[in-house]
Amino acid sequence: MADTAQTTPPPEPPPSPQPLPVVTPTRVACGLLLAAPLVALLWVNSYARQTPSFIGIPFFYWYQLLWVIVSALLTGAAYLLIRREETRRGRVARGAGR
Amino acid sequence: MTRTITLAAGGHTNAVSLTVFLLLFAAVTVIGFFAARWRRAPDALHLDEWGLGGRSFGTVVSWFLLGGDLYTAYTFIAVPALIYGVGAAGFYAVPYTIIAWPLVFLFLPRLWSVARSHGYVTLADFARGRYGSRSLALAVALTGILATMPYIALQLVGIQAVLDTMHIGGSSGLAKDLPLLIAFAVLAAYTYSSGLRAPALIAFVKDILVYIVVIVAVIYIPIRLGGYGSVFHEAATALAKTSPATGKPRGSLLPGPSAQWSYATLALGSAMALFMYPHSATGVLAAKDRNTVRRNLAILPAYSLMLGLLSLLGFMAIAAGVGKGVTGYNAQLAVPQLFQQMFPSWFAGVAFAAIGIGALVPAAIMSIAAANLFTRNIYREFFRPDATQAQQTKVAKVVSLLVKLGALGFVLGIDKSFSINLQLLGGIWILQIFPAVVSGLFSRWFHHWALLAGWAAGMAYGTVTAYGVAAAGKPHSHFGGSAANIPVIGRIGYIGVTAFVLNLAIAVVLTLVLRAVKAPAGPDETVPGDYTEELTPAPVAAEPVAPLVL
Repeated sequence: MADTAQTTPPPEPPPSPQPLPVVTPTRVACGLLLAAPLVALLWVNSYARQTPSFIGIPFFYWYQLLWVIVSALLTGAAYLLIRREETRRGRVARGAGR
Repeated sequence: MTRTITLAAGGHTNAVSLTVFLLLFAAVTVIGFFAARWRRAPDALHLDEWGLGGRSFGTVVSWFLLGGDLYTAYTFIAVPALIYGVGAAGFYAVPYTIIAWPLVFLFLPRLWSVARSHGYVTLADFARGRYGSRSLALAVALTGILATMPYIALQLVGIQAVLDTMHIGGSSGLAKDLPLLIAFAVLAAYTYSSGLRAPALIAFVKDILVYIVVIVAVIYIPIRLGGYGSVFHEAATALAKTSPATGKPRGSLLPGPSAQWSYATLALGSAMALFMYPHSATGVLAAKDRNTVRRNLAILPAYSLMLGLLSLLGFMAIAAGVGKGVTGYNAQLAVPQLFQQMFPSWFAGVAFAAIGIGALVPAAIMSIAAANLFTRNIYREFFRPDATQAQQTKVAKVVSLLVKLGALGFVLGIDKSFSINLQLLGGIWILQIFPAVVSGLFSRWFHHWALLAGWAAGMAYGTVTAYGVAAAGKPHSHFGGSAANIPVIGRIGYIGVTAFVLNLAIAVVLTLVLRAVKAPAGPDETVPGDYTEELTPAPVAAEPVAPLVL
């Protein structure tokens, strides 16, 4: 591993004048977006039901399949939010470097 | 046993299905061997080349690659077989894959960044760099290799189910296992020569086949069976019948209150385990940049939907009367036999090829990943620190064969009433590296000795408990299931999660103790900036470029 350590340039400390705090509203929002599917699906008793059924599929099954789509949307939203903020973070860090 | 049953069910080798199957199989084999030439870099003997495809895969290729190694015989054979056998309890695979994405969204980009900054190829590399502990890295590496074997075994069982359904092979002894051995040899040969490029390229073909088969299956079969309403009605009736083996109903359409803990813990544990496997880590590390990783995670749920729809094939097999009245029916055959019964012969051949290739691709990726792990973290670390890249690649290739042989051992040695248990057994083990890896991505609070002790306790508890679980209706068997009583809570839950909690608790307590006595922490070669790095050129190999001999 020693060889790798040497080839890696010593990373510069981020000496930004106004670094973004670790906890930002965006990150909180992302956390909620990502936690929603977790809570919803691990609470099995909330959906272990037969009705209402959809085209003959019991609630238990179509509800979880629906969460695939909902979860994809939530994760996608979290991706866009975090990307926007990371771009800002990057700009702050680069601006400070100059 | 299986042989006589399938014959009794009224089948013999269908020439059309077999021809289509063999043609498609031959096509991917050719692609597999030619993949070695695809996007070839000048330094083809570098381990990054064979093992990570040169780390150059963009969104599209990594999407296929990740999907290719995540949705496997597990999806086509194991999950539907469990649903066929017991009903609702098998559907946990859907919440599992849903929970997995947000979970890994949090830590995978950090892992990619730190791996890129320091040239890590495996999780053990990361443990070594982050904690400065060779023993912890060894524990991570050994766990990865061990846990991969039963997962590859599951793929082999999947291929076997397809070949069995087509009645390839003889009726007893060596002849019965012949098709399995042939498939095994093909897999081994192209992995050996082409490395990660082979499965990446084949994954395109595989996914196209799979999508066609899935779409046709989930629309056409329910129509033939009189709609989903009738499918679920028939399934409910069949599942309510008493099983002669256990004296209890076979299963149910909804998880009862006593089954909900195991449903939730199986979903959670599987999700947490997913990206601890060496092969999924490889899929991520082979990506070109950090946003490729995130973008892929956000679009991967398409695969989850596919998994959910495929799992319902288990109910359709019940409704279609597959295996009805056959004692000791092998549930793994439910989906292939359903296809055989429902589809015209030529399309059944396509479907069989999709399943077979769908098992082969991940098996290749998994064995490559385990081989990377061995080479970098055991061979180079403990045996030959000065090994050249060419030597490392050679060792990796040989180990990829040995890992597959280990998998063959699991196929032969463990009860296969439900092949999903192979994957869950791997999950019990691989979950034990979760505390070290994931906590390490965010902080250095844990002491590496504490993590090691937690790991050892989790491994021991998980293995012993899993050994003690007998298969349903076979009182003296071992490794027959993956759920057991959770101490303290007193419910039935996934052993992997119980062992993980034990592991974590020990790691926390011991860290507090070790910090109190000021035990020395190992050196940390990473800095906070490494975990958010967007794009750094990959470290260049110091060795001279070796001539191309493959």
